[in-house]
Amino acid sequence: MLEIAIKGSKNYWSWIIFLLLVMGAGFIVYVDQFLNGLMITGMSRDVSWGFYIANFTFLVGVAAGGVMVVIPYYLHNYEKFHRITILGEFLAVAALVMCLLFIIVDLGQPTRALNVLLYPSPKSMLFYDMLVLNGYLFLNIVIGWKVLEAERNQVEPPFWTKPLIYLSIPFAIGIHTVTAYLYCGLPGRGYWLTAILAPRFLASAFAAGPAFLIILCYLIRKFTKFDPGWEAMQTLAKIVCWAIIANLFFFLCEVFTVYYSNIPGHKAHLTYLLFGYHGYNALVPWMWTGLILMFTGAIFLVIPQLRNNKTLLPFTCAMIFFGAWIDKGLGMISGGFVPSPLHHVTEYAPTKPEIMITLAVYATGFLVLTILYKLATQVKEEVRG
Amino acid sequence: MMKKSRRSFLKVAGIAAIGLGASPAMNFASSDSDGTALAVKGKNEQALTAHRWGMVIDTNKITEEIAGKITEVCHKTHNVPDFKHDVDPEKFPKTRPVNHKQEIKWIWEEEFHYAFPEKEDEYLAEKFHDLPFLVTCNHCKNAPCVQACPTQATFKREDGIVIMDFHRCIGCRFCMAACPYGSRSFNFRDPRPFIAETHPDFPTRSKGVVEKCNLCAEQLAKGELPHCVQVSEGAIVVGDLEDPESDIRILLKEHYTIRRNQSLGTEPSVYYIV
Ligand code: SF4
Ligand code: SF4
Repeated sequence: MLEIAIKGSKNYWSWIIFLLLVMGAGFIVYVDQFLNGLMITGMSRDVSWGFYIANFTFLVGVAAGGVMVVIPYYLHNYEKFHRITILGEFLAVAALVMCLLFIIVDLGQPTRALNVLLYPSPKSMLFYDMLVLNGYLFLNIVIGWKVLEAERNQVEPPFWTKPLIYLSIPFAIGIHTVTAYLYCGLPGRGYWLTAILAPRFLASAFAAGPAFLIILCYLIRKFTKFDPGWEAMQTLAKIVCWAIIANLFFFLCEVFTVYYSNIPGHKAHLTYLLFGYHGYNALVPWMWTGLILMFTGAIFLVIPQLRNNKTLLPFTCAMIFFGAWIDKGLGMISGGFVPSPLHHVTEYAPTKPEIMITLAVYATGFLVLTILYKLATQVKEEVRG
Repeated sequence: MMKKSRRSFLKVAGIAAIGLGASPAMNFASSDSDGTALAVKGKNEQALTAHRWGMVIDTNKITEEIAGKITEVCHKTHNVPDFKHDVDPEKFPKTRPVNHKQEIKWIWEEEFHYAFPEKEDEYLAEKFHDLPFLVTCNHCKNAPCVQACPTQATFKREDGIVIMDFHRCIGCRFCMAACPYGSRSFNFRDPRPFIAETHPDFPTRSKGVVEKCNLCAEQLAKGELPHCVQVSEGAIVVGDLEDPESDIRILLKEHYTIRRNQSLGTEPSVYYIV
């Protein structure tokens, strides 16, 4: 099936070459980081995780969001999603590839990464995170590939893909739950120490993942002959709508608990993010932008006339996707570290090299996504003749 | 006198052991995590041992001067880089400028309201405003850093010391997020250009690994007290928290002490007489 990927139009190849260039540039910067250490980043003693882990967290959500097409189709036989389940699964694959790369580039000693397997530590949440992330990646590759191959040959997928598909559902929930557990089990970090973190992560994931999928559907309609189906996209939009509302609701619950209880260790973080703390306010404009984007997006999706508007929908989705990225990427990680457990305020901003490496990881993900989507759409075009 | 000569004997023995490639100081840096404490004990009859090591810091006795001496000796003997140190351009050409936010420290001074943020009080007794509070790793009984580490590079010895295997650490910094006392530092860069004089009894670290106070495990293994205790003029005492007769327990019986952020349940082993 892979041969499909090497036959493409001029546009296709320019896009691939563009991605390769970004990857190459980022790789050169990474070599510098590899040789000289994470000193090239904006991270510090107080803010010891930054852009890499933030994007990792966000993308775990995008990967988990893929399950929002799998559940309706396989559990509820929602036929409209038949054409796009593969898109959800392949999006998950690309997102997970980026997640794993972000973990690697964040390590101080990447060559020792296998120590996590050599000295398994069942008390460490990172250990489980690694298991579920790799498990979910494996499941999605196998399922996506086998189902697509079967479709191409116009036969039923092998019987054993069914149990794997069912298994992938708890895995999807699992990857994001365990990722939340990385943070919410730490005693000294008030911003993360909340039981609603995992539900909140899932809600924002089920908004951001499908929102991105809708945008991808638009792109597919523009660049290929395959039509994912307007009705399927509408249903996706409803999913995004309720998920983003749940996310905002959970956030407000958090705000209430923190401010009404008035416990300083918990309050300081949100105050830093929303209003600034002791004169430090680098993230305040970002946070409000994120909230406004998510809130406006939710309104646009609730009102049927706006949701059904074909021109507006991709913009609404982009707003929600970007808003969730700010909320979960930028705010969630920095917010947890500022102020530090000693109540010192050290602000964080990614450096240029850090951003370059991040872009390269994204480019790698998009490369994987482009190739997989090319396979999927082409096969579907062929079958439909 | 007795004590002195015993110490110098131990030093010689220690050097001999380095020659054999089996110095106790290097032992804890080996990959054999569990057996380490015992192995050290087994090799050296004189080693200071405890069921659970603890520390008492008498804040009344700590002056700026003593605090300065303590941090200095700790950082020098453990090859902790000093970013203020002028790099020798011949030995380390092309050293890039430092980011002081990426500094490394094992023990340092904090003001009261930073060391004990949960005890912040508008009407705090005057004297606390200017007292230097020394903070370091608390060798917590329930150490969140140990729990978080995905490789067991950070582990707890049987004697309560929370210690690291620098060769196993992957630099994920999960332990730094987990430590509620900001006790850990990460080597964002190669520390060696910033070490004025490398101390031969202790390994230097490479970039990309985390480090923190080890309660001078290498000293205890040689039968000597931690460096900070030695220069503290009696302000710092270490001993066995589980031995009711130990110096440290007697101090705890006689004085009112506090620990940092106790409400988290980490059970710090460092006590402050206030
Ligand atoms: S103070 Fe921090 S580094 Fe030390 S044992 Fe406790 S949690 Fe670990
Ligand atoms: S940085 Fe090193 S010591 Fe800390 S959790 Fe990761 S592997 Fe363990």
